[in-house]
Amino acid sequence: MSGAEIGLAVSVFLACAVEAVEALTIVLAMGTTRNWSSALGGVGAATLALAVIIAALGPALTVLPIGVLRVVVGGLLLVFGLQWLRKAVLRSSGLKAKHDELEIFREEAEAARALGGQSAGFDGYAFTISFKGVLLEGLEVAFIVLTFGANQKQIPLAAGAAAAAVLLVSAAGVAARAPLAKVPENTMKFAVGVMLSSFGMFWGAEGAGATWPGGDAALLALILGVLIAANAIVWVLRRTVPLAGGQEPAPVDAGEPAGVGV
Amino acid sequence: MSRVRAFFLGVWDFVVGDDWRTALGVALALGLTALVSETSVSAWWIMPLAVLLLLALSIRRAAKGATRSG
Repeated sequence: MSGAEIGLAVSVFLACAVEAVEALTIVLAMGTTRNWSSALGGVGAATLALAVIIAALGPALTVLPIGVLRVVVGGLLLVFGLQWLRKAVLRSSGLKAKHDELEIFREEAEAARALGGQSAGFDGYAFTISFKGVLLEGLEVAFIVLTFGANQKQIPLAAGAAAAAVLLVSAAGVAARAPLAKVPENTMKFAVGVMLSSFGMFWGAEGAGATWPGGDAALLALILGVLIAANAIVWVLRRTVPLAGGQEPAPVDAGEPAGVGV
Repeated sequence: MSRVRAFFLGVWDFVVGDDWRTALGVALALGLTALVSETSVSAWWIMPLAVLLLLALSIRRAAKGATRSG
């Protein structure tokens, strides 16, 4: 397996695991407070919808000429990656609340209970919320699987990495019977943001006609460069943005990493 | 009509997100890379530089007037 293929598999696996953890929280909230069969029905319907989207868009992407594909996919991945990275940097520096699965679970469960009207049969609320949760989280994964896979002609590898992540998270969810609050979601999102931005830059520039010095090895340098830049921004924000309540920015321990590593 | 509009708004939100300036910057940087790569000048450095600037500016906009939670 080449370095780029390992990068593809790791990026897709991490992105998919993060989205699966978020979807799992919603499904668990619906299942435990409303109706398990309806919640799982929503999961099944959303999975089917995602499969149709992938089956429709996958072949369409692979017929594009490689140069066009790389510019389009590189550009989209870069826009997408910068969104992930921006949120991850804001979370790491304390400017945005970190994703808290237990809190989200509590909110979803409370809203479901407050609605009342549960029945032993089909529960439309549990079905719809589970469907929407899985579809929306899954769309991001489908997008990453398709763009990464099509660009490297490795859709099976990307789909395999995504399936492995979903299976792992589902198994952990079944075992824990609770939201996976201990998964280092914010760190994983930081890593995915770095990977998507780096791959996007690499493919986008190549598709636009640029030649990277060192060929594929430039990708490693890009990943390292983006990682260092993002951590540097976190470091600067921690020192310059005041704490809520008018306190001075707290000094960061020398041994504490400013952000995270991949 | 409203469903079509909602669909396109959803696609826009999904792809572009809440910072359209970054998406525009990426498109411009790719265009500039394509233009420069047609000349004898090396074009690979444009995207890393653009990404660094776009990320820093996007975070600067988000951090403006904000406070940290610790």
